[in-house]
Amino acid sequence: MIALILRDIRLGVRSGGSGLIGVLFFLSVVAVTPFAIGPNLNLLAQIGPAILWIGALLASLLGLDRLFQIDLEDGSLDVLVLARHDQPLALTVFAKCVAHWLITGLPLVIAAPLFGILLNMPLEATAATTATLLVGTPAITFIGAMGASVTATLPRGGLLVSVIVLPFVIPVLIFGVQAALGATVAGTPFLQPFLFLSAMTLFFSVLGPLAASFALRQLEG
Amino acid sequence: MLIGAMGSDDLRLVVEDLAVSRGGRAIFEGVSFDLSKGQGLIVYGPNGAGKSTLLRAIAGFLPIDHGSVSVSPKGEPVWSCMHYLNTLNAMKTALSVAENLRFHQQFGGAPALAVEAALEKVDLLHVLENRFGDLSTGQRRRVALARLFLNHRPVWIVDEPTSGLDKASETTFAQIMGEHLHDGGIVVAATHLPIDVPGMKSLRFEEAPV
Repeated sequence: MIALILRDIRLGVRSGGSGLIGVLFFLSVVAVTPFAIGPNLNLLAQIGPAILWIGALLASLLGLDRLFQIDLEDGSLDVLVLARHDQPLALTVFAKCVAHWLITGLPLVIAAPLFGILLNMPLEATAATTATLLVGTPAITFIGAMGASVTATLPRGGLLVSVIVLPFVIPVLIFGVQAALGATVAGTPFLQPFLFLSAMTLFFSVLGPLAASFALRQLEG
Repeated sequence: MLIGAMGSDDLRLVVEDLAVSRGGRAIFEGVSFDLSKGQGLIVYGPNGAGKSTLLRAIAGFLPIDHGSVSVSPKGEPVWSCMHYLNTLNAMKTALSVAENLRFHQQFGGAPALAVEAALEKVDLLHVLENRFGDLSTGQRRRVALARLFLNHRPVWIVDEPTSGLDKASETTFAQIMGEHLHDGGIVVAATHLPIDVPGMKSLRFEEAPV
């Protein structure tokens, strides 16, 4: 499992920096927002957490379709599926998700405080949003694994994955933004939505790999 | 459980009355064979006859309509003790040969030969640090074949193992298969070109029924 995580991280770093593309996309979403909203700094600070979350969400949907497709194309997926006797396929999928998040999700989380400045967000709001992204974005990857496994055989599955995955990640978005707002807006709680968000990540870290491994078993490659 | 199977006297791969269909169309039916320790089977036939489908079915990738595939002594599913190598090489072009092989050794468990020794078997030790993507088609295939030595798996299911290989490498691979059989393994190979390994059984696939 460790070997698989290391291999996927190495691949992600070497072949074209997919993490960087996500960050660039994230940056472009954040950068165009002030132009659309206009020069209202208060409003910008208010909706800042939501913009960061939408940007991070869309950016993490970007590379999802390749999660299993690259392994399917070069035959590696057969090796992974075949090893299910020694290592359950769900664990293998979990390892792939962890590696995928480390390459594509973590850079988004690291970039978020920087992008908070672009949105005139106060320090506490930026910190809270970054914390919610750190806890919430893995859920997007685990949910995405389900979509990616179903569309692995489709040549242009990218958009389809996003469409399949989007309804499932909406709760993550809701609780993520709620928790981020809770840190700054008086009268709204931070802890409850934050714990809900954590629970969702834990829940999908089990359900996502299980569902994806089931779908991968059905692929007749 | 994997290590124990290698070299045990009662290793057997039994396929009984196997039938597989894909997309509602029967690919083959009534395929039976029985291989024990040190025996190999070459599946011949033209393109589209269902050779690869048979191999994928044996490896457990495809649903079986009828019949059974089993491995003695444990009666375990066949994939627990087999290498499956299809026409794709299962290697990452962005990684070096050594990194690719090391991954397969670690992930597959039951390590056998070291990466260097496995490459030596296919005469490619000099490309150890090269990027897999920089190799020629034949070299890639040979690196993929080197994977067979990395883990203890007595049953080899290989699909067109010699595709892209030159004459000398074909001979080398025939020797490798011979050695594996001699050591008490089992080989099932699908090919449309004859492979010269003495003492292997053969199974002929005819043109698929339309």
